[in-house]
Amino acid sequence: MSSTATRRVRLLYFAWVREKIGCSEESVDLPGSIATVADLVDWLKARGPQYGDAFARPQVVRAALDRVHVKPSSPLGAAREIAFFPPVTGG
Amino acid sequence: MAVRVQSENFDIAAEIEKLLGSRTDVGAVVTFTGRVRGHDDGQPIATLTLEHYPDMTEAEMERIEAEAQARWALQASLVVHRVGELKAGEQIVLVITAAAHRQAAFEAAGFLMDYLKTRAPFWKKETTTAGESGWVEARDKDDAAAKRWS
Repeated sequence: MSSTATRRVRLLYFAWVREKIGCSEESVDLPGSIATVADLVDWLKARGPQYGDAFARPQVVRAALDRVHVKPSSPLGAAREIAFFPPVTGG
Repeated sequence: MAVRVQSENFDIAAEIEKLLGSRTDVGAVVTFTGRVRGHDDGQPIATLTLEHYPDMTEAEMERIEAEAQARWALQASLVVHRVGELKAGEQIVLVITAAAHRQAAFEAAGFLMDYLKTRAPFWKKETTTAGESGWVEARDKDDAAAKRWS
């Protein structure tokens, strides 16, 4: 796989992650070098201060790939929809 | 066996009737209802606004329900979770479990609530009676409660 190829994915943000970033969803072209959820977080943090604010404590922000909970070390694989959100507080 | 996300209120008795009808094999029905508390750490709360992740919410609730069915001999179950703005005293969540005997129904209802609170993608924003609002933080004791099942 070439590290120069990009892949378009849909990013979704919820609750205070959404408020800090300032939008609920966006499409981005991910560089092929972004392999894991943690890589993606680092890449997003470099995009602007609002991302730096949202991911200031990256261990607090949770992620889901194609609507399934994952860990920061999880590979992105072929996921099309990647969501970031605070720890859940339903029930 | 069903899960639902809705903004409207629910009627517990009507939900039990719909779920079980005239079945005669069910010996135990447990229901849990979560309601909006009017106070949080001494702060008077006027409303809770529940946000969720449409599509993942239902998928995760179905995974949690399937896990409960795999662990206990349930004859029927239902999970209803409301979203949107809810006032203090309003109902938020309903869990119904039905089994031949009470132990499975009690335990499965506890499991469903513990897993809902730690895995289903809902977030609560509370607004005080003074008009100040903020996101409710996840509680460590909810994680501890969920871990007792693993």
